[in-house]
Amino acid sequence: MPEEVLHLARVHKSYNIGQPAQTEVLHGIDLHLARGDFAALIGPSGSGKSTLLNLIGLLDTPSAGEIHLLGRPTQTMNDTERTMHRACAIGFVFQFHHLINSFSVMENILMPLMLTRGKPKLQDTQLAYTLLAEVGLADHATRRPDELSGGQQQRVAVVRALITRPALLLADEPTGNLDTTSADSVFQLLRRFHQEFGCAVLLVTHDPRLSSACDRTIKIIDGHIVSDTSHIASGDNSH
Amino acid sequence: MYTEWNLAVKFLRDARGQTAMISVAITVGVAVIIYIVALITGLQANMINRTLGTQAHIKVYAPKEINLPAPLENGELRLMLEDPRAQRLRSINNWQNLRDLFDADAELLAVSPLASGPAFAQRGTAHMSVALIGIDPVRYQRVIPIANDIIAGEFRIGAGNAVVGSRLADELGLHVSDKLRIDAGGSDSGREAVLSVTGIFELGVRELDERYIYLDLPQAQALLGLPGGITTIDLLVPDVFSAERIAARLHHLTGLKVESWMQTNSQLMSALKAQRLSTSMISFFVAISVAFGIASVLSISIVQRTREIGILRAMGATRRQMLTVFLLQGALLGLAGAIAGSACSYALAWAFNTFGPGLFQIVIWPGLLISASAIATLTGLIAAAIPARRAARLDPVAAIRYA
Ligand SMILES: Nc1ncnc2c1ncn2[C@@H]1O[C@H](COP(=O)(O)OP(=O)(O)OP(=O)(O)O)[C@@H](O)[C@H]1O
Ligand SMILES: [Mg+2]
Repeated sequence: MPEEVLHLARVHKSYNIGQPAQTEVLHGIDLHLARGDFAALIGPSGSGKSTLLNLIGLLDTPSAGEIHLLGRPTQTMNDTERTMHRACAIGFVFQFHHLINSFSVMENILMPLMLTRGKPKLQDTQLAYTLLAEVGLADHATRRPDELSGGQQQRVAVVRALITRPALLLADEPTGNLDTTSADSVFQLLRRFHQEFGCAVLLVTHDPRLSSACDRTIKIIDGHIVSDTSHIASGDNSH
Repeated sequence: MYTEWNLAVKFLRDARGQTAMISVAITVGVAVIIYIVALITGLQANMINRTLGTQAHIKVYAPKEINLPAPLENGELRLMLEDPRAQRLRSINNWQNLRDLFDADAELLAVSPLASGPAFAQRGTAHMSVALIGIDPVRYQRVIPIANDIIAGEFRIGAGNAVVGSRLADELGLHVSDKLRIDAGGSDSGREAVLSVTGIFELGVRELDERYIYLDLPQAQALLGLPGGITTIDLLVPDVFSAERIAARLHHLTGLKVESWMQTNSQLMSALKAQRLSTSMISFFVAISVAFGIASVLSISIVQRTREIGILRAMGATRRQMLTVFLLQGALLGLAGAIAGSACSYALAWAFNTFGPGLFQIVIWPGLLISASAIATLTGLIAAAIPARRAARLDPVAAIRYA
């Protein structure tokens, strides 16, 4: 029986609360993610995908409802507790790679560890090198991120998201502004690391090719989940 | 702290232009503050030294003579018209005991009793009003090293000898070993003498160079009609600024009139105080403008780094960590400016000492550098507080979307 990573119950999200422009973006979302899940979150633009991802990633708080992450209720946590929980449970990949150009590729990858534990240890650096080699960028470790191509940067961002070995990887249109070849290689990476690290993956995408290559597709329209289907994709997933 | 430090340093390093410009501003500010404080301190020390070169730190006089009306009976009222008494030249009672008491006082470096009073000096048909100063030369020299200011002859006083000021010598046409007639009480009183000039001094203070005549103490006592008496005790203290306090203590101890150089030169003192106050104000306002410079640069940097702050927060940076990163940047800017500013202030002081008027030397002491650096660092820290709080409160969702 797969272990539960994420559980959302009746989650609502409104913006501009108390103002005339108050709008509810999410209307009672219920969602489970298990450890082995590799799920795509799809839906038209403005349907609330990023909003939902930010709530799950504890970057934002729901207006109502409950979010349990790794079995822990999060609505009573203060900002510091949520940050700590996020730091150890979640990895983020965004549409725009969002690397920090003041630091080398290597330092960017180690940043999540440095933020929680200070000076990186030797085995952390070794892990970072191994992963960087797996994504084919071993000889770019000391370069600045802005010297890399978009696809290379996004691969670095994937490695950075995984360096803490999170239980849940959230990716918001990670291939959104990549060409098909680069998009495919980033997606293959996600699949590979999903299997290697055993983390749950929730992937927002507009690309039907990618969503059909996931094991599960969650469709959201106007803040409601309208379908949630499991299908063992063509891929190399053996669960 | 390792990570916060790294972020702060890298953020500063990457905003090279901004960092350089604000660092120059801080450097100039720190250099100006250090230089002006050192300059004013040097100037004031010079003024005080020059003043005290010809003055005792503390002077002790006999108490004023006052009328002592008979005490009133109970319930009695009295209407009184009182004329203050003319203060005649008089001796300090028991001065030998007092001298020994002062000699034993740990806070007094030198004790010099002297008898001084007015007289006329006459040569040929020229008359000058003068002040006779009867001294014990050894003791007096410990208070005012007059031998350094002799411009002709030597500082030697004994029976029949006198050392006079340069302007007086000029007026009366005196040279070393010339004779000089002194009259201290009218020709019929017998308080007159003919002295021979053994030395001429120049203290550079008009009043003294024109009026002072140094004599042997017994001779002055005889001339002034104070046999065995003295009018004043000059004292020297180790720390000139403690003179006021010691004077008050000696007054309580002896009941005599005790005046510190600060009271004697109250005008100088208030001028110095005003000078120090304006120095502090200038320093304060320079520090304020530097602080606002730091604050504005960091505010801009936070706007520029909104995206980075959002990513860092998403990757697990706490609010406190973001706060620390920007506080550190403020402190680092302040510290860097302080170090560069210290170096610049040294250059300024060197330029003043080499090319300036040469009246005095500017000395920059380590304590000044340390406190200026501490203040600059603290200013940076405080200036960073408001921008840093903004960074800490930044909503990560908004910051990430900002891309
Ligand atoms: N901070 C905000 N204030 C007000 N409204 C917001 C805010 N953030 C998002 N919204 C609104 O919430 C709705 C959902 O936005 P969201 O970004 O989640 O859409 P999305 O599904 O990610 O769209 P896309 O596919 O274009 O990225 C939109 O209508 C948007 O206008
Ligand atoms: Mg979106």
